[in-house]
Amino acid sequence: MGTLVDARNIRGVYYSGGKDVVAVNDVSVNIQEGEVLGLAGESGSGKTTLGSIIALIARPPLHVERGSLEIDGKVQELGGDAKVPRTWRGAVVSMLPQGAMNSVSPTKRIRHLVYDVMKSHDSKVSKDEAFDRARERLTTLGLPARVLDAYPHQLSGGMKQRTVTIISTLLNPRLLVADEPTSALDVTSQKILIEMLLEMLEKKIISGVIFVTHDLPVLRTVATKIAVMYQGRIVEMGPTTTLVDDPQHPYTQALMSSVLAPEPKYTNIRIEGMSSFDRSLFDAPAVIHK
Amino acid sequence: MNGPKTNAIYTAEHIHKTFGHGANQVVAAKDVSFELIEGQTTTIVGESGSGKSTMARMVLGLMPVTSGKLTFQGKDVTHLKGRDRTQYWRDVQAVFQDPFSSFNQFFTVGTLLNRSMSLVGRKVGQQRMEESLGYVGMDTSVLDRHPHEMSGGQRQRVMIARALMMRPKLLIADEATSMLDASLRVNVLNVLTDLRDQLGMTILFITHDIGQACYLADRVLVMEHGIMVEQGPTEQVIFNPQHEYTQRLLADVPKLHEAVELHDLREDLATVENA
Repeated sequence: MGTLVDARNIRGVYYSGGKDVVAVNDVSVNIQEGEVLGLAGESGSGKTTLGSIIALIARPPLHVERGSLEIDGKVQELGGDAKVPRTWRGAVVSMLPQGAMNSVSPTKRIRHLVYDVMKSHDSKVSKDEAFDRARERLTTLGLPARVLDAYPHQLSGGMKQRTVTIISTLLNPRLLVADEPTSALDVTSQKILIEMLLEMLEKKIISGVIFVTHDLPVLRTVATKIAVMYQGRIVEMGPTTTLVDDPQHPYTQALMSSVLAPEPKYTNIRIEGMSSFDRSLFDAPAVIHK
Repeated sequence: MNGPKTNAIYTAEHIHKTFGHGANQVVAAKDVSFELIEGQTTTIVGESGSGKSTMARMVLGLMPVTSGKLTFQGKDVTHLKGRDRTQYWRDVQAVFQDPFSSFNQFFTVGTLLNRSMSLVGRKVGQQRMEESLGYVGMDTSVLDRHPHEMSGGQRQRVMIARALMMRPKLLIADEATSMLDASLRVNVLNVLTDLRDQLGMTILFITHDIGQACYLADRVLVMEHGIMVEQGPTEQVIFNPQHEYTQRLLADVPKLHEAVELHDLREDLATVENA
């Protein structure tokens, strides 16, 4: 098991009319083969921005000012005017954006999307080849092949999300960046999607996942390690159990203590939340666990 | 808990609600009965499509029931119209899910609250405004702010303050904290608990998040496909669930300090498809 992805010193800035917003400030993460990295943080912490930079889909107003991405030993510069080979997108790293399941065209059958995805990477692919590939992938992961002939409204929310997840990995990317894939699902569908992602890793359909979410209990179940972001920086990163059970950074501690889970210790107590921005949390040094 | 005095401020008896006709008919509530006990927080939990929000709308009188009876403070409020309904809304107020869209973006907080003031009269209004903001941990300095100048948590607290202008006896919060970050969410939940404790307000809280229900509620009602499958005190429903659906729901909720048991993907898919 070697290093799959090594992202170094990434700085992402939104240029907006003279007032630049630094959304990702000098962040480095690495993912080993077979790992799920959980990117946690609240709205505005920069977790989605970091995810989309690593997925190579940054576009204006977002500019990557610095950073490099190494996948399987190949280094790609990201900063400035660096050109990213378009074959990387979707085939080496793939992005499953937030709310993807609601962005499927309501008037087209699912197989239309499948063909579209395959064709944009291989213009010579035939419809049959594309459908066969998708059919095989669906059945491998326990979904009925009839999904291909369905319209989006004929599928339940959980089924739609599983389907778009499968479509986003049709080209066997090395890394899947999934942005809030479970946030709109009920708990049972969440669990099934997690099981499916883990099975994709096991079957080597994908080799690593960056799982972006604000939902810490979900990360507890799915992630190998967790990186907590605050104000564009990673404040703490380490193995899942370490971060959950023994967080060191004051922000991680506050975040963990504000999670409400149906466990007996959460009844009849009062938990104090945070105010929206606390300078002392920002100034505390980052903690990176081995 | 509120001691031995447990009188119901609101009762729903045998509520049915259907949408559509014939083959397309959808049953959103099927023989649902429950009570809201004065000064307590009651939570309805359920997955999407369970009919929990429909229930909230019927309690609020925004949607007619197909059959059944709703009683508020001993009065039949099933089919209120006109003046009576306006009167009812002085006692029953609501806060909704999305603090981003339930706010007119061109209004300042002051304008928003002034509109409610016209309902209670300007004399008491000014005082109420300050009190209401006080209850949600804000002061009059927010009156000049526009919604884009506030965080989601602040906006939702303003929406609660707006509801409080009427000094309602029953406050309905439909997924009021679902769109907020975890750290801000706790603040809003604490505001609701304070209202219950300080004003004796009755609260009906609708959520899909069992963790929040567990933190907030005195009583929990569980809905599945329009049917109230289980109801009772929080400890009982959440830590000793009797109904199969509640048990499955609780087993699947991700917890922070223990990993959810993952099974075979195909087995779980089969359970969902049979349901």
